[in-house]
Amino acid sequence: MANNVDALFVFLLVVSAMMTLSIFTMVIFFAVRYRRQGGRRAEQIEGSHALEITWSIIPFCVFMVFFVWGAVIYFRERTPPPDSAEVYTVAKQWMWKFEHMEGQREINELHVPAGRNVKMIMTSQDVIHSFFVPAFRIKQDVLPGRYTVAWFHATKPGTYHLFCAEYCGTMHSGMVGSVVVMEPKDYEAWMSGGGNQPLALTGEKLFSELGCVTCHRTDTQGRGPNLVGVFGKPVLLEDGRTVTADENYVRESILQPAAKIVNGFKPVMPTFQGQISDEQLNALVAYVKSLGQQPSGQPGKSVAAASPQP
Amino acid sequence: MQTSPAATVPGEAHENLALLHHFATPEQQKDAASLGMWIFLVTEVMFFGGMFCAYLIYRYWYFGDFAAASSSIDLTLGTINTAVLICSSLTVAMAVRCAQVGKQKSIVVYLILTIILGVAFLGIKGLEYKQKFDENHVPGQASFHLAGHVPRHPDLPVNQQHAQIYFSLYFAMTGMHALHMIIGVGLFSYLAYKAWKGLYGPGYYTPLENGGLYWHFVDIVWIYLFPLLYLIDRHP
Amino acid sequence: MATAVLETGERETYLNREYGIQSWLLTVDHKRIALLYLMGITFFFFIGGFFALLIRLELLTPAGDLVQADTYNKLFTMHGQIMVFFFLIPSVPAVLGNFLIPIMIGAKDLAFPRINLLSWYLYMIAGVMMLYTILNGGVDTGWTFYTPLSTEFLKTNVVTAALAVFVAGFSSIFTGLNFIVTIHRMRAPGMTWNRLPLFVWAHYATSLIQVLGTPVLAISLVLVALERVLHLGIFNPALGGDPLLFQHLFWFYSHPAVYIMILPGMGIVSEIVCCFSRKRIFGYKAMAMALLGIAVVGFLVWAHHMFVAGISLYAALIFSLLSYFVAVPSAIKVFNWTATMYKGSITYQTPMLYAFGFVGLFTMGGLTGLFLASLGVDVHVTDTYFVIAHFHYIMVGGMVMAYLGGMHFWWPKISGRMYPEAWGRLAALLVFVGFNLTFFPQFVLGYMGMPRRYWDYSHSPEFQILNVLSTAGATILAVGYLLPMVYFLWSMRYGKPAPDNPWNAAGLEWMIPSPPSTYNFEEQPVVSWEAYNYDEIKEEVPVAN
Repeated sequence: MANNVDALFVFLLVVSAMMTLSIFTMVIFFAVRYRRQGGRRAEQIEGSHALEITWSIIPFCVFMVFFVWGAVIYFRERTPPPDSAEVYTVAKQWMWKFEHMEGQREINELHVPAGRNVKMIMTSQDVIHSFFVPAFRIKQDVLPGRYTVAWFHATKPGTYHLFCAEYCGTMHSGMVGSVVVMEPKDYEAWMSGGGNQPLALTGEKLFSELGCVTCHRTDTQGRGPNLVGVFGKPVLLEDGRTVTADENYVRESILQPAAKIVNGFKPVMPTFQGQISDEQLNALVAYVKSLGQQPSGQPGKSVAAASPQP
Repeated sequence: MQTSPAATVPGEAHENLALLHHFATPEQQKDAASLGMWIFLVTEVMFFGGMFCAYLIYRYWYFGDFAAASSSIDLTLGTINTAVLICSSLTVAMAVRCAQVGKQKSIVVYLILTIILGVAFLGIKGLEYKQKFDENHVPGQASFHLAGHVPRHPDLPVNQQHAQIYFSLYFAMTGMHALHMIIGVGLFSYLAYKAWKGLYGPGYYTPLENGGLYWHFVDIVWIYLFPLLYLIDRHP
Repeated sequence: MATAVLETGERETYLNREYGIQSWLLTVDHKRIALLYLMGITFFFFIGGFFALLIRLELLTPAGDLVQADTYNKLFTMHGQIMVFFFLIPSVPAVLGNFLIPIMIGAKDLAFPRINLLSWYLYMIAGVMMLYTILNGGVDTGWTFYTPLSTEFLKTNVVTAALAVFVAGFSSIFTGLNFIVTIHRMRAPGMTWNRLPLFVWAHYATSLIQVLGTPVLAISLVLVALERVLHLGIFNPALGGDPLLFQHLFWFYSHPAVYIMILPGMGIVSEIVCCFSRKRIFGYKAMAMALLGIAVVGFLVWAHHMFVAGISLYAALIFSLLSYFVAVPSAIKVFNWTATMYKGSITYQTPMLYAFGFVGLFTMGGLTGLFLASLGVDVHVTDTYFVIAHFHYIMVGGMVMAYLGGMHFWWPKISGRMYPEAWGRLAALLVFVGFNLTFFPQFVLGYMGMPRRYWDYSHSPEFQILNVLSTAGATILAVGYLLPMVYFLWSMRYGKPAPDNPWNAAGLEWMIPSPPSTYNFEEQPVVSWEAYNYDEIKEEVPVAN
């Protein structure tokens, strides 16, 4: 993917260099060739419709190549593959906090396996930051109050710069770290050391501790919708709209439950704003995601259809 | 230095002839002044436009809470103010008309009426603001609380943050509008004084016309503000 | 009517007509107001430039060892605010535009001379507010004021900075309003739209942007100030607001603002290239339409500053596509200037050297804009030094060079004196070399991944060599900028007195004395010739003094 960006960059560079060289050459050539010489007067040329049209259309066509190529790359960049390993990120002034699904927590240093798609699910605790790994040619602003997503597929093991790329105050230039890409077996070894609690399990415990489980039951008796299998699917709201249950939807449902009421349910869920940290939110989101999933080694629960209380 | 030709037509501006030094004809001067005022009003549209844009976005996102907040502001006072402002546009138009037909004294009367109506509007607005202060509907204060539920959703309490955004925009937009009205009242005071001095008549009433344009614009802004702020989801 | 003569026997000019500070501070003469602005913008240019020098000195070494982090953040913030709002935006319109537009269209003054003076006072008041901000501890929001950083997290003079920019904005709005009405209503008989110099067209297009865009910035800054003071939540996600709303409102103005900062320069270049090639502009209509096209399409591309900010994929696609549309008229202009030189009779006086520089450097800056408009590449290079290099190529390599070229071209008219040509050429050369050395390495730095607004890069010592080159260039650039200050001042006393038309140039401004008399024309001109009538002007450019 990074190679693709470089290829487009080189193409842009070549075209720009050619254009620059042509203009420079012509200007210098004309400046010398048509410098004032005794006896020769300037020749007045009003213009040329043909030329104007030509040198509008041809550059425009070249621009459209730049546009389409760039758009294709961008589309891929903004569409994480469904099988990506997920890392939850909380940015704050002036550090990066990472939590892997398996529970490992890291600060400023992110270990990832080579050869796998990795998806960063990111939010900020305070101001806008930006997750920038030059070597991977990716960048994504990290916003307070919502999740933004970036993904990459690292091929070569090594250590790569991580920078914050959105000015965020005093130590903006200190909010740096590294992405450590490891051989898959080294990564497994690193992952298994430490006895961490998987993120989804942390979420499951929170789900119970905070009382979520009392309303969000897996039978049809809950006062809140059954969350098994809900992630990633469309949700019909009581005002008639349909939204997709993505990370931001789950997050919003916890912090501002009245914003989107599921069809057939009453707005009785209390808000947890101010009562849980971003890390706890991430764990809950990871847990909800894990409900009803079969692959990635997560035990799947059966998908019971959500139905409203009569 | 060129000398100013003496005024020969009653009502023709005296000191404004000094401006003529860079204008070729009085028509050019009048044209320029009118075009200038229209362009200024376009800038004002863009200025208020930013706030209207923010308002429309948040209203779309937080409709229920906006509706709840909207029903908490005094519709009676708002309606009275709308009538007051529309009347004041009428009095301004009358003032311009009087200048056009040469009724010198009436110009002053109508301008003063406009000022009175404008001040009345501001007074009523002050009353509304006071109401909001008393009811703890001032955004950004720790004591802010908008009680109640989203209209027609008795089980949905008002989201206090969203309601505060409504009130932030309410105060910002009506406050900016009120500031423009204060400037307008000042402007008309000046024009009334000049009218009393006999400066305006059928041959020259450009400042009145342009002042009137400004005032009509301020009126139109209110005509948009009123339904947007006061009438969200109201039902008889 | 005979030429006005003072009691001393001297010819009356706008400079000697009245002396004393009151005659300047209460003037309504567009030419005097232009000089008042010249003093203001020069002052701020050097302050902004001084901050830039400190930035470059800090970046000589990877460690943050010259100033503290907070100080550095204030330096780049105030460098940006001063250069954008107190130098670039007013520079050409308020100095050269004010001075020349009435003369170029055959009028005695702008439509609203008193509003012109008001514009200057607003600029000065804003300038005082900005100085207060600087002296009271500075501001460190970045020139872009992004929320919630600026509204919730910084303890510096955010409100005074925002209000200073707000007041400066109204100065800009009134200037634009004045120009539009002037160009519509004050043209002399025979001066049709199709005979207007492109300098006037350029200011017309610029004024449209000033009038339509600046109010949106004004209201955005008012809302930021209110939010900060009253703890509102319009842009704060913690209170239900949206930080992206601020970005949209901000960039809705600030993108068109960059066209305010380049179109007047393009107008200047057209004047200079025609004069020193002794040729009519190639494609007059296309050039005029291109100016308007840039102004209009420039309002449709603002979110290309937000491709990684969290906007939707589809919005990003639309804004990327539209950004390529705006590149087309800019390209047309570069081709047309080049074509104007074809079969001309070219000389290399200082203004023409700056024009050459403009054409080359604006081309490079504009081409790198194409990189940024391409979504895939932008993700990598946005918020890095690549962007900084891009906009400095256009603002400095383009606009500042055009401004200097214009100042040299019209200096004889404004002051009645010739500047020393050899020094002029030397300064132009130093500026060109210094500029490229300063900013070209920054393209590479950006692609390598050096983020912008970084006080310290000790984690990436590989960035140092390019930073050292850049700083070296900056010192050369500084000398190049100081020289004209010195010799322009020198010329006011010792420069050769200038004739009415030292360049044998076309245009109404060259048909009146240097410096002009207060009311510009003895009789209202009646225009019967086309713009750039170099076909009718038999003389060449006189050899340099």
